[in-house]
Amino acid sequence: MARRRDFAVNDLPGATLISMLVFIGLYAPILVLIVYSFNAGDSVAKWQGWSLDWYRTAWANDEVKAATWVSLVVATGAAVLSTALATMAALGTTRRPAFRGQTFIYVMINQPLMVPEIVTAVALLLVTAAIKKATGYSGLGYLIVAHAAFCIPFAYLPIRARLEGMDLTLETAASDLYASRWQTFRRVTLPLLMPGILAGAMLAFVTSLDDVVITEFIKSPGQDTLPTYMLGQLRRAMKPDVNAISTLLLALTLVLLSAFFLLTRNRK
Amino acid sequence: MSPAEETAVRDQVRSAWYLSAPALAVLTLAAVGPLLIVLVYSFLTPGTHGNIEWIFSLEGWRGVLFEYDIFDDTLKLADGNLTIFWRSVKLSFVTTVLTFIVGFPTAWFIATRPTKARAAWLFLITIPFWTNLLIRTFAINQIIRNEGVLNTLLLKAGVISTPIQLTYTDTALLIGMVYVYLPLMVLPLFATIDRFDMRLLEAGYDLYASRWQVLRRVILPIIKPGIIAGSILVFIPCLGAYVTPRILGGGKNMMIGNFIELQFGQGKNWPLGAALSVALLVIVTIALLVYVRTISGERKNG
Repeated sequence: MARRRDFAVNDLPGATLISMLVFIGLYAPILVLIVYSFNAGDSVAKWQGWSLDWYRTAWANDEVKAATWVSLVVATGAAVLSTALATMAALGTTRRPAFRGQTFIYVMINQPLMVPEIVTAVALLLVTAAIKKATGYSGLGYLIVAHAAFCIPFAYLPIRARLEGMDLTLETAASDLYASRWQTFRRVTLPLLMPGILAGAMLAFVTSLDDVVITEFIKSPGQDTLPTYMLGQLRRAMKPDVNAISTLLLALTLVLLSAFFLLTRNRK
Repeated sequence: MSPAEETAVRDQVRSAWYLSAPALAVLTLAAVGPLLIVLVYSFLTPGTHGNIEWIFSLEGWRGVLFEYDIFDDTLKLADGNLTIFWRSVKLSFVTTVLTFIVGFPTAWFIATRPTKARAAWLFLITIPFWTNLLIRTFAINQIIRNEGVLNTLLLKAGVISTPIQLTYTDTALLIGMVYVYLPLMVLPLFATIDRFDMRLLEAGYDLYASRWQVLRRVILPIIKPGIIAGSILVFIPCLGAYVTPRILGGGKNMMIGNFIELQFGQGKNWPLGAALSVALLVIVTIALLVYVRTISGERKNG
């Protein structure tokens, strides 16, 4: 007798078809955008052969150069600052007995994930407008601190995950061997934690690089980042140099993400 | 506990706070503190060229719900504002439902792959999640606008004779929001389906349940926490969406986010903008509280 066991239990009819359509739907627009950034013509719809013209146009544009510089400075500053703060906070909130106020710290750290970005942007606009008026300072400091704040939860998560996977035996062994607290941290904890810290820094960098709304609200004149520059270009006609910039940003994000996955892989 | 142990514990708690203090300081300065200032500003008087005057006023809050009739100066409901609020809630809700309808089969598909392939599929969902939202909105815009790829293809194939006008419609906004927020639905759904014990399906089928019954009575109840988490993760950013409606909705089809921005730009009514922001925050907080209560209720029952 033939056994009727020809269908997998966990098979849902249509799931494969729908998910294939989803993956095509997710990637097709991005691929079209990338392909058209190499278009020879100036249309974003009609294909006129391959060329690097739009990359040249973008590169020759001083506004784009300035925006690239601002983006990189802000993202680097915010990533360094938020990762340092997140590392300390992670060391303070893991591998120790639960204490009163721990939930408060978690809520504070994750707060930027829960509040709509537009509300934070408005709030920061009010504060920075007042500070700018009072002090006259209008440098990139505002952007760096604001970005650092919303990057903290992204930096904190991988660092905390890494710490939770490390037990205290090595640290105990170090102090048994008369290492000072600082030596133990410097020689034992920090090297072990490094992959988590780097992963956190990358997520923070990508998060800062992607920000539009908060930057748009608090930037001073001449402080456009690449995303706010591109958003500003929308008022004029869409030109394929925006595609070229987008493609480069996509490539950078992809490189950082791959590095992130390599760093966090192989963890038991 | 001996006195020595007590001191040790106290030391640990103190160092926990010392270590967390710098992060908390920056978050207070640039995330939590400013929210309180928004609350204060919502009770002030608008300045003539934007900004505010330090005079207490309820006008900002009145402006959220009411407006003066231009003809007889009577107070009536601000239909325009309410329409924008209602539209935002409606569009966010529909987006959440749509992302679930396509996100659930996708999450199921990923979770039922062999281990190695699963990591690859998951990576493919994660990339868009980390990719610039603005770029993804550009990308979908280039597909659906009048001279876009979709219309060009359909015209060439002779399916349509005039381009379908999608940009600056609610449909375009929905397509765009589903497109950009879908990964936020798939990831938490995947996380719960991944822990789902597939033997329960066999049990269901052995007891003569149909596929539909297994889906409705076994799968959906068990993955409910993932559904709620995904819905919250999609609903909240949708409600506060600013970039996607600005690009795909044009100036006409605003959502709350764009309406708030308007008060700080052309509108020059900072107190009204502040009051609208607080109102949005309240809606989001209610959604989050419902989420937390449902999740903790699940834990108690489960």
